[in-house]
Amino acid sequence: MTLNKNDLIRMYKQMLTIRRFEEKVAEFLSQGTIHGTGHLYIGEEAIAVGACRAIENEDYITSTHRGHGHCIAKGADLNKMMSELLGKETGYCRGKGGSMHIADVETGNLGANGVVGGGIPIACGAGITIKMKKLKRVVLCFFGDGAVNQGVFHESLNLASVWDLPVVFICENNFYAMSTATKIAFKIKDLSLRAASYGMPGVKVDGNDVLKIYEEVIEAASRAREDKGPTFIVCDSYRWKGHSRSDAERYRTKKEVMEWKKRCPIERFKKYLLDKRYLTREMTEQIEWEVNLSIQEAVDFAQKSPFPSLKTLEQDVYAN
Amino acid sequence: MPTVELTYREALRRALREEMARDENVYMMGEDIAIYGGAFGVSLGLLEEFGPERIKDTPLSESVIVGAALGSALTGMRPVAEIMFMDFITIGMDQLINQAAKIHYMYGGKACVPMVLRTPGGSGTGAAAQHSQSLEGLLCHIPGLKVVMPSCPYDALGLLKSSIRDNNPVVFVEHKLLYSGRELVPEKEYLVPLGKSEVKREGTDLTLVALSVMVVRALKAADKLAQEGISVEIIDPRTLVPLDLEAIINSVKKTHRLLIVHEACKRGGFGAEILSQVEESDAFDYLDVPIRRLAGSNIPIPYSPGLEKGAVPQEDDILGAARKLVG
Ligand SMILES: Cc1ncc(C[n+]2csc(CCOP(=O)(O)OP(=O)(O)O)c2C)c(N)n1
Ligand SMILES: [Mg+2]
Repeated sequence: MTLNKNDLIRMYKQMLTIRRFEEKVAEFLSQGTIHGTGHLYIGEEAIAVGACRAIENEDYITSTHRGHGHCIAKGADLNKMMSELLGKETGYCRGKGGSMHIADVETGNLGANGVVGGGIPIACGAGITIKMKKLKRVVLCFFGDGAVNQGVFHESLNLASVWDLPVVFICENNFYAMSTATKIAFKIKDLSLRAASYGMPGVKVDGNDVLKIYEEVIEAASRAREDKGPTFIVCDSYRWKGHSRSDAERYRTKKEVMEWKKRCPIERFKKYLLDKRYLTREMTEQIEWEVNLSIQEAVDFAQKSPFPSLKTLEQDVYAN
Repeated sequence: MPTVELTYREALRRALREEMARDENVYMMGEDIAIYGGAFGVSLGLLEEFGPERIKDTPLSESVIVGAALGSALTGMRPVAEIMFMDFITIGMDQLINQAAKIHYMYGGKACVPMVLRTPGGSGTGAAAQHSQSLEGLLCHIPGLKVVMPSCPYDALGLLKSSIRDNNPVVFVEHKLLYSGRELVPEKEYLVPLGKSEVKREGTDLTLVALSVMVVRALKAADKLAQEGISVEIIDPRTLVPLDLEAIINSVKKTHRLLIVHEACKRGGFGAEILSQVEESDAFDYLDVPIRRLAGSNIPIPYSPGLEKGAVPQEDDILGAARKLVG
């Protein structure tokens, strides 16, 4: 499936939306407007957008603690997202989930996750549903490099492989799990090598190249839909911000961060679009304006929304 | 009403068969459940009947068994997962406690996880400390999980069917020593609702609340006590979460005495919960003597037969405890 000009512009706009949304969240975190923690996706926008553009609305994703980008790329409503982050009744989880648990099962977002690796077996389960109901859908399972060293990663990739589950495992390798560098957590340099031991294809891709990611996921997803089993895709990228709200970043140098900022996935894609004359300067300004407006609207909506009543405290522990 | 004699094992199998026939979204997965029929033979023959799509042998991977059950439940299936021994739920505990139990609440009531985790607990098979635990207390502590513990074939059948139809994660705790126990059950389809206890024997002098295999031991003890002139009322809660406290309270108001018997370690066991709830209720005023608990010793289950028996309440222990309370 080739992307037309409008698709590409939409992807650019979505990447920018994630960036601006996260910048607003960063501001709210530092002001204490958001009272919990938050893990920002800035710098990694190409992965969520490239991957989610390669699937359909009815397909599923499982996400992570660093999940705002996945959520937006899956088509979430910014108002409900921002409301959830501010703990409001109008949020996706009615204020009961917060940043690490935003989910919208109806639109295929099976949820962010507070447990590193926690979503990986859940993605397998969605894969079972797809297979048993013959739905021809796929699941994109996002997780970080840290999750690759969780036991459940092994169990899940093996199960997905022996059962040919329609899951695309997408590792967002930003080279750190909190402070732990991949070079001290892995003996292998290329994490995609792990795929070989499960008998599935392993692919390494530039995680700042939205179109490359799109292409790899398209291919993996079509394999999955044809019942040919899962794929493990490792996207190398970098998180620009600290791990979460408080991070002195003693484990990396400013120089390293600066180097990666030069490879900004959004600037890079913008340049591509300008060079191709798909975008003009005026259009980029217009897009910037629209994106900012949508974020401002989300903020206004969230701030005007009520907090959940204490009456809801004990509601929904059990389903009827 | 026509009846048929079934073992506990057969009763469970019938429940699985009926529910799978009724609803194509119901399927099973677990280790060695297909051709082998499960470590205790519960699913024997279901592979031939329903095929490998619905009777899935998994790799030896408890975390992904629980997690994949949850993921498929979240997306529209009704999985019945088997964990070969209750001890091994600890390996899938993240998926059970942090994920499955919390999703409905954490997602603001907008999604649910209709899954059943069947697992055999309990000692008495000489399998020692890592294959004999009664861990239901851990599970009852977790909001969002339901915990079911049938003590007889009739209940096993009816409760498993209700558990499969429930929209929450249900941990269904079977007992290894009960699998071969027999009983007449209706030929016709029936359900036993979750959250409803049953008076297994009526009596006037003492209320005895027993869980799982302890119901069987308590019933035997009650026969002997009757000969001594002690009339025991035995209540089987059948489901610990939700708990039918009402029935226990009503019984205590009648007998004025309460003994709680379970196999799990006494410390932090579910007996403490029942005791507290009764104390906090208006039944407290009716008590003639303090409530007593008879439960497993606070030790890992030992191997040697004498030690193993000594670790958990036996019929004689129940007799002794009951006499003391009434005497
Ligand atoms: C099982 C588990 N252990 C530890 C943590 C605490 N923690 C949260 S995020 C994180 C690092 C995760 O690294 P990675 O998977 O690479 O994702 P990234 O944050 O880099 O996106 C840690 C240690 C956790 N949430 N879950
Ligand atoms: Mg990382």
